[in-house]
Amino acid sequence: MHEAMVAQSLLSIISDEAAKHNARPICARISCGKLSAINDEVLCFAFEAIARDTPCEGLKLEIEHKPLRAQCQNCVQDFDVELSQARCSKCGSEDFKLLADAPMVLEELELQTD
Amino acid sequence: MKKINVGRKILSENEKYAFENVLFFHKHKKLCLNMISSPGSGKTTILIRTINELKDKIKIGVIEGDIQTDIDARRIKATKAPVVQINTDGACHLTAPQISAALEKLPVDDLDMIFIENVGNLVCPSDFDLGENGKVVVLSVAEGDDKPAKYPGIFAKSRVLLINKIDLLGAGTQVDFDIERAKDDARKLNKDIEIFPLSAKTGEGLAAWCDWLIKSAQNPASGFTA
Repeated sequence: MHEAMVAQSLLSIISDEAAKHNARPICARISCGKLSAINDEVLCFAFEAIARDTPCEGLKLEIEHKPLRAQCQNCVQDFDVELSQARCSKCGSEDFKLLADAPMVLEELELQTD
Repeated sequence: MKKINVGRKILSENEKYAFENVLFFHKHKKLCLNMISSPGSGKTTILIRTINELKDKIKIGVIEGDIQTDIDARRIKATKAPVVQINTDGACHLTAPQISAALEKLPVDDLDMIFIENVGNLVCPSDFDLGENGKVVVLSVAEGDDKPAKYPGIFAKSRVLLINKIDLLGAGTQVDFDIERAKDDARKLNKDIEIFPLSAKTGEGLAAWCDWLIKSAQNPASGFTA
């Protein structure tokens, strides 16, 4: 349930951004890497719970999962890797190095401006 | 209605403290390792055995993370190693600000290295950088050899894998654990991972792990990854 801490941090930066623009946040688009192990349902549930009675109440969360990238040690190409079938998508080699997982980022915020 | 591009890291607050911790360890030239595993894999027993084994060679301090109780801190204290207990009151992982605060309570100048024993959990702690020089993941053979494949995140991010409780293996025992399968699956995710099969109970395999620690503690900068 590390999603609870992620939701807490998210609430604090969304509130900060919304305050800067003096507007109510409606929708937030976030992205994260495969290894962050973020479960969408759990994160949305945690966010909904802590956002109650704040300006973020009712905010919609859109979560994009970025693929994990790897570099093949055989054909030296970068590729999206599925850990359940861990092999190079170009040459089939199992000899690869994982590249850094994408960090969790608040990409975009939709604000109500009336 | 308007859309704004933000591009802010969600865990930036944790990262800010993690970076301060990185600088702290670098400035004091101390090795810090973050130990992560499921509950019951033997983290505390490995620490006790390691501290006793190395007590004439390197001085180890410990930051203990648990949801509740100071059971582990008391076990470490019995070895006379300095220890600080953090209770997370339900949180399933430690965070960097908790480590910054704990470091103020440790006699860091008297130590060669610091172990952080994270809350027992194979998923959540791997997302929270504490500023350590490296992560040590512990897998005990009773948990099964499929764990690197099933919980790839922590195995991909760790510098060391300790396969513990190997005294349970062998003919006539109830435990099926293919060490080679666990090693292969971990190395598929992480080519550079150091792997030490050992038994904290009998001491088997401990020497190789302790040699690696002595070498790493002498040159903590080699783990400087920030």
